[in-house]
Amino acid sequence: MKKIQIFGGGCAKCGILYQHAEAAAKALGLDYEMEKVSDYEKIAEAGIMATPALAVDGKVKLEGRVPTIEALKELLK
Amino acid sequence: MFKPVQMFADWLTYGVFGLGRETLAGGAVNFFVFDTIKIFILLAGIIYAVSIMRTFLPPSRVREIILKKSRFAGHLWAAALGIVTPFCTCSAIPLFLGFIQTGIPLGVTFSFLVASPMINEVALIMLFGMFGWKIALLYAASGYAIAVIAGLIIGRLRLEHLLEGFDQTKRVQNAVLGADMPWAERRDYAKDYTLDILKKVWPYVLIGIGVGAWIHGYVPQDLLARYAGADKWYAVPLATLVGIPLYSNAAGIIPLVSALTEKGVALGTTLAFMMAVTGLSLPEFMILRRVMKAKLLFIFFGIVGAGIMFTGFLFNFIMR
Repeated sequence: MKKIQIFGGGCAKCGILYQHAEAAAKALGLDYEMEKVSDYEKIAEAGIMATPALAVDGKVKLEGRVPTIEALKELLK
Repeated sequence: MFKPVQMFADWLTYGVFGLGRETLAGGAVNFFVFDTIKIFILLAGIIYAVSIMRTFLPPSRVREIILKKSRFAGHLWAAALGIVTPFCTCSAIPLFLGFIQTGIPLGVTFSFLVASPMINEVALIMLFGMFGWKIALLYAASGYAIAVIAGLIIGRLRLEHLLEGFDQTKRVQNAVLGADMPWAERRDYAKDYTLDILKKVWPYVLIGIGVGAWIHGYVPQDLLARYAGADKWYAVPLATLVGIPLYSNAAGIIPLVSALTEKGVALGTTLAFMMAVTGLSLPEFMILRRVMKAKLLFIFFGIVGAGIMFTGFLFNFIMR
């Protein structure tokens, strides 16, 4: 089971990243679980300084941008 | 470089629209067409280039660079890196905590927080396009100086006790994201970012240049010198105050201000106004309230505001 976390304080882009990440995970047929992290301290604790950001199994993969679904597939593999 | 654009503007204004070269309408329309095209070419080209560069400098990389510097160099670096890092109010808190909790001093963090919104690429491109490179450079240099000095003062005042809303004793590790992004992704990011910005600013740019063109063509020369010339002491503080609520609208305001400067508003006043628009942003202050007491915000506001006014007075005095 892959744990996909989306970090962001509720900006429009965070929602888009969430949708893109979920679409990518589905397309890959992954066994996954999504989590939204909007608590600022938790975001900072993960070492993230620009939202939206994405972590897979606790490892931060990107911050401050929303890649395409195709690019996200690469990150989630 | 913009000769073909001028030829196109001439052709459209005098040829297609049939306006007379010496008429006010002809001047205003020509000015509008030329400036709009020029500004959009500059915005698209420069934002794209800056975004590509940014993919090599994510915030965690910026933090790592600052962490390695001594305190004074830290201020210089923080302000410089603030220029190339885009500032988004929604990222202000993670950014702030990310600096403080990895052990970057409060003053150094403020140097970054002042420079990042004040010296942004949209403002610089607009200044370059409407006023020329000298004014754009003057603006960037003054903004940089204000960021470094405001951070140094806040650091000296030892205001760490005015932070609140988070665990200050906690230290987090600096996790640097790999910069191993494929080029296709860098280009995608830059394209998206450029389009995002253009989508956001285009109506303001059009309105700003439109009203600017009208002022350029119809308002008599030196009309404003009487009210906002270099000899009017109140012009600078007034311009700073008026600029505060106009945050993040540099794209629409710079063409307007350029037209006003032409009609007699002194240069220092113009610079102060621009800096207040970009550097004193109410949403930013409101969101920062979550991690600091109001008193610290007021001190921050006061120091940056004073720096902006000082810059305004200084240039009005020098250029008089």
